[in-house]
Amino acid sequence: MPLAEIARRIELEDLYTAYADCLDSDALEAWPGFFTLECRYRITSAENYAAGLPLGLIYATSQDMLRDRVSALREANIYEPQVYRHLITGLRIGKEVGGALELGASFLVVRTMQDGEMTLFAAGRYVDHVVKQDGGWKFASKIAVLDSRQIDTLLAIPI
Amino acid sequence: MSMQALEWPKEGNARVPYRVFSDPDIYNTERDRVFLGPTWQYLGLAGELPNIGDYKTTFVGETPVIVTRAEDGQIHAMLNRCAHRGNLVCLKRQGHSDDGLTCVYHSWRYDLSGNLTSVAFRRGVAGKGGMPDSFQLESHGLKKLRVDQFAGLVFGTLSEEAPPLSDYIGNMIGARIGRVMRGKPKVLGTTSQILHNNWKLYIENVKDTYHASLLHSFFTTFRISRLTTAGGVAIGESGAHHASYTRGKEDLPGADQLYAGIQSMHQDYRLKDPKFLDAVDEIGDGITLQILSVFPNFVLQQISNAIALRLVLPKGPDKTELQWTYIGFEDDDAEMTERRLQQANLVGPAGYVSMEDGAVGGFIQRAIAGGEDECSVIEMGGHEHGSQETRATEASVRGFWHAWRPLMGY
Repeated sequence: MPLAEIARRIELEDLYTAYADCLDSDALEAWPGFFTLECRYRITSAENYAAGLPLGLIYATSQDMLRDRVSALREANIYEPQVYRHLITGLRIGKEVGGALELGASFLVVRTMQDGEMTLFAAGRYVDHVVKQDGGWKFASKIAVLDSRQIDTLLAIPI
Repeated sequence: MSMQALEWPKEGNARVPYRVFSDPDIYNTERDRVFLGPTWQYLGLAGELPNIGDYKTTFVGETPVIVTRAEDGQIHAMLNRCAHRGNLVCLKRQGHSDDGLTCVYHSWRYDLSGNLTSVAFRRGVAGKGGMPDSFQLESHGLKKLRVDQFAGLVFGTLSEEAPPLSDYIGNMIGARIGRVMRGKPKVLGTTSQILHNNWKLYIENVKDTYHASLLHSFFTTFRISRLTTAGGVAIGESGAHHASYTRGKEDLPGADQLYAGIQSMHQDYRLKDPKFLDAVDEIGDGITLQILSVFPNFVLQQISNAIALRLVLPKGPDKTELQWTYIGFEDDDAEMTERRLQQANLVGPAGYVSMEDGAVGGFIQRAIAGGEDECSVIEMGGHEHGSQETRATEASVRGFWHAWRPLMGY
């Protein structure tokens, strides 16, 4: 593999590592910064995705909508204290189309509640597009495709 | 837990003993008397099964059923339980079959309306074994449900006593279903939530017009719907079904003072990109929000342009599956579909104004442990369960218990 490709792969793996760390360390205010201003972000199930159904459990069409999601979680919505642990692995680098690079990765999310109860909250894959902006990679679009159609209790923190 | 007979409090529908949310005996009785009793259960959208041979599987309470578009072009429903040894006949959530339904266990075959058409090795092998001559195929079909439709919604019942579906729903609630389901539905997506509470705690939440602007800060903060906005609740005579509504967005004078000091009111919180709140009055009657329930466990929701069907399935005394089907209509243009998808952010497991509902039932379930003989107090708006021109009431919650109690013998 050419060195430039190896370097790019390391950059992209770092991107996912930083993304997971952001969500898992309650640095939610930094989360929108992983996206472009006109980004699209969606969480859906494999069943909806395979059927071509457009619904998102979270459906955002701008970075500002992601900021609103974070401020609602901080200011308005009520949910029990909980933390996620994302394991993101199996990075797949696809084609570059129109300046955006197709990426795929698998994820597991373990959720731990305030009383210590741990559950395997989500498993699935990301269907992503990234672009290079100001020397760094940003998500132009991210779809979190959940293997299960069931969500335990509620989904507050993004995937 | 003691299994002594439950004495209903003398206050009637204004008190509900917590035992009804946790007692396994009550749960089992409910399965027979409510879900398999004289009630109509939502089975799906007629449009989900467009072609002969299409089928889906769902539940009447916890009992598995198959819904088909049969050879006669009509929708049929039957228990998903082989008449032979009780195996599931259909394993998939949705599918299509061009030659009826076959149980995988011993290849008993049924037509799409549940009639037994053949039994493998019925005549045995070389004159030995096989079914006795007295065995009649026509006596061993899948158990069939009565099926009927209302505004494209398919309902079924296992009871001969249930009144015809349109009588069961009634004109008042029927008109309010019709104003939402006025086109050919187009499914935008589905999801489901596992709730750690008794199914009735979620139904109470749906019928509780009082909580929305208090528990769901988002509603209040953005003045989408507050108790001070014009609205009310329509309740059928039996109390069983309800439709609450908000009319317009204008608040009564002095509304902010009424909400002052209530924790759900955050005056200084503003959205950076509020386009997901851009709604149109697609029905043209000024009703911006309508939450409707059909007893025992079906909900039709219109929050601005976000329309969803919810089915509340019991999965044990303290576990419930809440299934969501989000819809638009075939004649929606791309802009309308986008609007519905944007507004879907309000509802579902991650919804700005619904995520709390996923948790609050579980909070109650935990809180009532050891308090089975205590009661909730349901007195907002008085003791009756009739329609009211306000949502500062719990009339439709009382209506639910008014319908539930006689079925259960309380």
